Amino acid sequence: MEFFRFNRDIPFMSWRRTGAAISIITFILSVFFIATKGLNLGVDFTGGTVLEVGYSQTADLGKIRSVLADLEMSDASVQNFGSSREVLIRLPIKPEVSSAQLSEIVLNALKQADSSVVMRRVEFVGPQVGEELLENGALALLFVSLGIVAYLAMRFEWKFGVAGIIANLHDVVIIVGCFAFFQWEFSLTVLAAVLAILGYSVNESVVIFDRIRENFRKHRRASITQVIDNAITQTMSRTIITHGSTQMVVIAMLLFGGEVLYYFSLALTIGILFGIYSSIMVGSSIIMLLGVKREDLVKLEKKPLENDGAVV
Amino acid sequence: MNRYALWKYLIIAVSLLLGLLYTLPNFYGESPAVQISSLRVAANVDTTLLQRVEDALKKANIEAVGIFLEEGSIRARFADTDIQIKAKDLLESTLGKEYIVALNLLPNSPEWLTNLGALPMYLGLDLRGGVHFMLEVDMAGALEKSLDRYSADIRSTLRENKIPYTGLEKQDKKLILKFRDTEARAKAEAEIKSNYPDLGLSEKEADNRYHLIAAIKPEAQIRMQDSAVMQNITTLRNRVNELGVAEPIIQKAGADRVIVQLPGVQDTAKAKDILGRTATLEIRMVDDEHDLDAAIRGKIPFGTELYEERGGGPILVKKQVLLTGERITDAQPGFDKDNQPAVHINLDSNGSRIFKQLTRENVGKRMAILLIEKNQTEVVTAPVIREEIGGGRVQISGRMTSMEARDVALLLRAGALAAPMDIIEERTVGPSLGADNIARGFNSTLYGFLAVAIFIIIYYTAFGVISVIALALNILLLVGLLSIMQATLTLPGMAALALTVGMAIDANVLINERIRDELRSGASPQLAIHAGFERAFDTIVDSNITTLIAGIALFAFGSGPIKGFAVVLCLGILTSVFTATFVSRGMVNLMYGSRRRLDHVPIGKIWIPKHSLTNGEAISHEEDGTNEASVSARIKTREQKKTSIQSETNSPVETIVDTNNNTADDSKTKSDEKTITKTKSKRKTSDTKLPK
Repeated sequence: MEFFRFNRDIPFMSWRRTGAAISIITFILSVFFIATKGLNLGVDFTGGTVLEVGYSQTADLGKIRSVLADLEMSDASVQNFGSSREVLIRLPIKPEVSSAQLSEIVLNALKQADSSVVMRRVEFVGPQVGEELLENGALALLFVSLGIVAYLAMRFEWKFGVAGIIANLHDVVIIVGCFAFFQWEFSLTVLAAVLAILGYSVNESVVIFDRIRENFRKHRRASITQVIDNAITQTMSRTIITHGSTQMVVIAMLLFGGEVLYYFSLALTIGILFGIYSSIMVGSSIIMLLGVKREDLVKLEKKPLENDGAVV
Repeated sequence: MNRYALWKYLIIAVSLLLGLLYTLPNFYGESPAVQISSLRVAANVDTTLLQRVEDALKKANIEAVGIFLEEGSIRARFADTDIQIKAKDLLESTLGKEYIVALNLLPNSPEWLTNLGALPMYLGLDLRGGVHFMLEVDMAGALEKSLDRYSADIRSTLRENKIPYTGLEKQDKKLILKFRDTEARAKAEAEIKSNYPDLGLSEKEADNRYHLIAAIKPEAQIRMQDSAVMQNITTLRNRVNELGVAEPIIQKAGADRVIVQLPGVQDTAKAKDILGRTATLEIRMVDDEHDLDAAIRGKIPFGTELYEERGGGPILVKKQVLLTGERITDAQPGFDKDNQPAVHINLDSNGSRIFKQLTRENVGKRMAILLIEKNQTEVVTAPVIREEIGGGRVQISGRMTSMEARDVALLLRAGALAAPMDIIEERTVGPSLGADNIARGFNSTLYGFLAVAIFIIIYYTAFGVISVIALALNILLLVGLLSIMQATLTLPGMAALALTVGMAIDANVLINERIRDELRSGASPQLAIHAGFERAFDTIVDSNITTLIAGIALFAFGSGPIKGFAVVLCLGILTSVFTATFVSRGMVNLMYGSRRRLDHVPIGKIWIPKHSLTNGEAISHEEDGTNEASVSARIKTREQKKTSIQSETNSPVETIVDTNNNTADDSKTKSDEKTITKTKSKRKTSDTKLPK
């Protein structure tokens, strides 16, 4: 069985204007939504209290809201979580009530209204902790980006490092843009997914770049466009199979992972899908834009032996 | 060429055996248990206690699955949680306050595994339920408090030395002392310098007054902060012990934070109450004049209270508080001059003065040291005052063993929190959610694995089976490794495990695709396998390094559950490189390496393309073979020659299909998919052999 049967190389690079247009439009849209709608940051980053409670029957959200209103917490958000019997209550930070008491007060009030209520989860994050988590998240993103640029620059050349990181940061911006557009909750686990995707999709660029280098060595007379088209076509099958396998697991997580892993796997899904696109279209287009030359890669090798390069 | 030396097989066998051994305990599950340990050093956990526990359980008709003594605690397993809770209540009431009776879960793994040190992974709070608190020590509050103490102390020092001053005020974390003349200021400065080495002094003139500004030195502040955090941790540990939590985690996090994790605790209100409680220490006088027996009968004299003395009988204590625990700066166990166990206490200057006065006035009488916690008062000790004690160094001795001395010192030190603490983060997971989360993580991994396995086996046939076995072994090794490290498994950790399944298959895909590539370009089966593994290795390393970079960043900057995700991700990458390259190579070598004539690589049907021709220039491996003869190409040709001779002499029955038939344009659709039964591409000859 073989998925791809191309008799000739697919002229990816001749579509790079279309690709660039798609990328630039989605990128601008993402930035636009992030800027206007903002992210629906989870309690990890904003600070506040989240209570997950379970009822034996379908929960009466209106009743819960009125209980909260009696406690002068009408600014709390109440919504179903996973099933109709589980309810998620978000409480903003109240400076006058100690956080430790807040969840107890709410739980006691809910218990009085309906004794079948069970506490499933309480999360309280103080404002200072939220700020730190946000800061650490940004630092981690920076560290990963720099690490990847440095690695690609060392392994190939600076143009490849720049192209690889732009292609993948473009994915990251689009993931974050989707979260802003749909107002999905952006939590700490989503951030972890974004960073994991950043590391994971760069693989793709590495594999294609590897092929490009090998082609430069082998085909002296081929044009740069031919070399890149050939490299992408050759690695296509592996890209789809690998990403497909990862996506299968992510789908399993989407279906069976419950609410906590839902947005995590959603971020991974967007990342994997755009990762395929960006490593094919964006990364390679950028190295062309940066004017990659055969000498950039082939000269670096002291012994241009054919079999020392890693290829798929 | 596709053979491994015996030692390589041995490495694979040993690593898999270890992986299996250490993964095994995770499958046995856990059973409810009660754990008994001593609250004070003086209370022994030994075989006599074991006997007591056994007798008590027998008497109440509670059946334990097993009771054993281990590492200074007694553990008893029970069939279900109902019996466990009954047993806990019973043991709590029979054993008394000296012991902690806690609910726990004990691994069910057989003894021989436990003896090998093979223990199941530790489940995180999100999987087993429990409370996680992050507390921050309010250092500003602590500094404020100590400045208040300093200002009181300085006032009395100045008064004692008859140094005139016009004012002393606290401003902006500094103390400002005002003097009329420089002479008084100089005297005060010298006095303060010698008495309070932790204060930094500076002079300033303002409003015709001579100011002396005292601030706590930065290094002293750091010392204060460290000791405050350490003392708070000790205090918290003592308090958590009372909660009856089997495996609490209390640790310092950063300069001024403490993390408290209480697995299995559901009553968070009680936990918060106990953690946030303030304990106080008081020194009062013992009332020996009134009749103790009458007091016990209920006639408590006015101005006194009746308390229990630790390890002793009831005792009458006067209500007037002479000194509080705030004045104690340190307490250490030791020995007195007769070599008897004793507790040495240091008091601050104000405390020493009060203490000096009270001992002078009460020689021969008994004083009582009381610990008030949770509205419960206990007399820790009630020693007789032998003589006037000055200098702030107090020694409590008599009627105690060295173990008791340690207990008392600890209590005196840790009775109260050194600085107030606030809960800045709380994560509580109920037990039902914990169980749900385990199922979610497990199902995601299982179904993800099954989906990938089915797909890969269909796509790569026998080599797909090998890849899937390698993938399964990867999980085995990963879980084994995590168990050896006794890592804490969280839900994000399980997500990383599932993700590892999806990502680790990449290495196998790279290898299999490469082998297909080699076959496509005409390599013989053995050579294709060899070259496939060799050439894919660099790419595998390359592509995993970037994910590793992300994993390391997550570990470095992440907190709590994210760290768990990162650990599993990073380890998963390492084990997947091992299993995909080394172990699956071993399997392939074992199965195919020894066959002298392997005429078919069972890696699925391979489609051989018409070579891409753009602008008349060919970009393909075949064309390259002619102008750039590579090492492997040369080997290939040699192989081909060899095999073709063989095939002619052996007169093969299989269909030999030319893989490079450029001329037959019409056969394009039919021959698109060709089974490479015998890859002997006669390059450049383009002749087709028919079966004989």
